[in-house]
Amino acid sequence: MCKDCGCQEGNEKKFFGHDRDIHNHDNHHHDHSHEHGHFHDGHWHSHDSDHEHNHPEGHHQHDHSHDNHIHGDSKTVMMEKNILAKNDEYAHQNKHWLKDRGIVAVNIISSPGSGKTTLLEKTLDALKDKINCSVIVGDQSTDNDAKRLMGKCDCVYQIETKSSCHLDAKQISEILPQVVNDNTKLLFIENVGNLICPAAFELGEDFKIVLLSSTEGEDKPVKYPVIFSDASVAIITKTDLIPHLDWDIKKCRNYIRQVNPGMYIFELSSKTGEGMNSWLEYLAKLVE
Amino acid sequence: MFPPGNFCRGFVKKFWVLSFRLIVMHELSLAQSMVSELVSYIEKNNVKKVHQVTIVIGKLSGAEKEPFEFAFPIAAEGTLLETAELVVEIQKVVILCNECRSETTLDMPLMKCPSCSSRSVKIIKGKEFIIKSMEIE
Repeated sequence: MCKDCGCQEGNEKKFFGHDRDIHNHDNHHHDHSHEHGHFHDGHWHSHDSDHEHNHPEGHHQHDHSHDNHIHGDSKTVMMEKNILAKNDEYAHQNKHWLKDRGIVAVNIISSPGSGKTTLLEKTLDALKDKINCSVIVGDQSTDNDAKRLMGKCDCVYQIETKSSCHLDAKQISEILPQVVNDNTKLLFIENVGNLICPAAFELGEDFKIVLLSSTEGEDKPVKYPVIFSDASVAIITKTDLIPHLDWDIKKCRNYIRQVNPGMYIFELSSKTGEGMNSWLEYLAKLVE
Repeated sequence: MFPPGNFCRGFVKKFWVLSFRLIVMHELSLAQSMVSELVSYIEKNNVKKVHQVTIVIGKLSGAEKEPFEFAFPIAAEGTLLETAELVVEIQKVVILCNECRSETTLDMPLMKCPSCSSRSVKIIKGKEFIIKSMEIE
């Protein structure tokens, strides 16, 4: 769930709207329609008409089995198909397109407010006249981030995702030729501030970088293990604030290692510049 | 003074519907991807009816069972999948230890071999997000 999009979590009761029929569950309500009937243990059980019935135990608990449906000439086909196959195809194309041009692409992911844009501002300032960079920025709305980064690199492109909580590979493929030029060496893709959804969508990047700031919980890596196990690099940001906070960086490192033992960790403050050098050296080595 | 009961109930209902729409935004786009994959199969193979779709969601796939189940009928509306039953199987995380070669199923994604305590482990299951099978006519 999009806990980082500002959504609610831990709701014990949920209400879902329903057009055709209403199922009242003790834990929640939800909508689905059964327009076909079933044989259940020798009797016909129709779900055709509008009806309401109670389920004692939460989700999808019926007092009858669904194991022995009789569905005429039905057959089961094994699919074994990746649900995000289309996105993966675009990501694959993007990856090759970038590789052919010798461009390294990194997908930067974090919660909102971890300091992705500030880090990029300082990074681009430091890399100016050294490495040709381009940036794609994803936000649900506004081009504020693109404005902040404008003029610091070859090209900045803002994608407004509107109702979507992540960037996808198709969006990237459509704008890649506009964003990079013959000299571009490094492409930063600043994803929408969200630790969950962007983890599922490959964009064609070489690897993912996840940011975690000292104002967030040390245990975020174990709370959001999908992205922390998928990314190759973690950056702990806002380290200048640590002396003022009840925040243990060792604990945070341990949590990262628990989820991803081989993860490369940078610790830096974009504001004071502390720790920035090793990050910049790392980027320089990437494009050598 | 509190508003009348009916007004209150209406407000609470609208609030929950709105909240849940935000929560499933992610799963809705995943469900739409799945529906479009299945619809292209249905069209190619001249499928007349779909009774059941079984998918596998890995614990490290980034998708959640309940919101996906909610999002599926919305994404499937207007297609043959509209009346299909969705079965979601959860795949736990399985790691393979590079040191002692033992396989372990984990409840928490903590990348440490319980047999030899090595942190040199590889995730071999748990990232799946696949359409397993479809019962069709």
